[in-house]
Amino acid sequence: MSHDHDHTDPPEDIELRVKALESVLADKGLIDTSALDELIDLYETKIGPRNGAKVVAKAWTDPDYRQRLLSDGTAAIKELGFSGVQGEDMVVVENTPDVHNMIVCTLCSCYPWPTLGLPPAWFKSAPYRSRVVIDPRGVLKEFGISLSAEKEVRVWDSSAELRYLVLPERPAGTDGWQEDQLVELVTRDSMIGVGFPKSAPDNHQQAGA
Amino acid sequence: MNGIHDLGGMHGHGPINPPPTEPVFSHEWERRIFALFIGAFGGGHYNVDEFRHAIERMDPAEYLLGSYYEHWLHSIETLLLEKGVVTRDELDQKIAALKGGH
Repeated sequence: MSHDHDHTDPPEDIELRVKALESVLADKGLIDTSALDELIDLYETKIGPRNGAKVVAKAWTDPDYRQRLLSDGTAAIKELGFSGVQGEDMVVVENTPDVHNMIVCTLCSCYPWPTLGLPPAWFKSAPYRSRVVIDPRGVLKEFGISLSAEKEVRVWDSSAELRYLVLPERPAGTDGWQEDQLVELVTRDSMIGVGFPKSAPDNHQQAGA
Repeated sequence: MNGIHDLGGMHGHGPINPPPTEPVFSHEWERRIFALFIGAFGGGHYNVDEFRHAIERMDPAEYLLGSYYEHWLHSIETLLLEKGVVTRDELDQKIAALKGGH
């Protein structure tokens, strides 16, 4: 802390600090800039919540898969080809008529990258991390969700090693839907537990609520 | 270890205000630091626990003021400096050169 270059750099210097770091590492041959560009593209455009949506839709249509997913999430998710960094140890928690699950990482921002991509900023923010464990229903209201008082809310705090994924309830009025149709209904927020899947558009009247 | 990162249950952080949509990265430098994290990790310069610990060691006020990827930058800088992979002078000289338009 006594060094004359501690952490007092103003925020506007961040861009410079990042450029300098990348440039020094590249000069030393420690990183390959074009490989980094590929990595960015991978996480920005290819790995995202659509992967998780495929897992959910398969669980909705295949009871055996659902069973495997709930008993060994990591292996079942890997069956669909989604594994790797930040998804090494996955636990899938299932929403039911009686239980609503939510995920958080209070200590950091651990998030299942292979199934959901990189986390949204609010997931990494102090307001969400601090409050969801003491006032989950209040947090849900901010996301426009109100749960009945009878419904149990479970909040799962991720650790450095273990990541959670919520298996939301299948929307009403989707009987007979194919897996690839169901994928379209699964939202990122429904797999974090701060949202629900989209409802079936053609079945509003049948679905009732 | 407890510390400022141990936010669970803390009061006073205000509303979440989740936006309806948001880009994966908000700034170009966030893209670069994300990639640098993986690049330097892949190079064996630190493991994930060291990376996280370097964030947890941050000055508490700086931690709360800094955004997620600022924490990452802080951690990568800290670890690479501590391990002697880069030196403060090398970084400062590069910053000076970039400022000078080189």
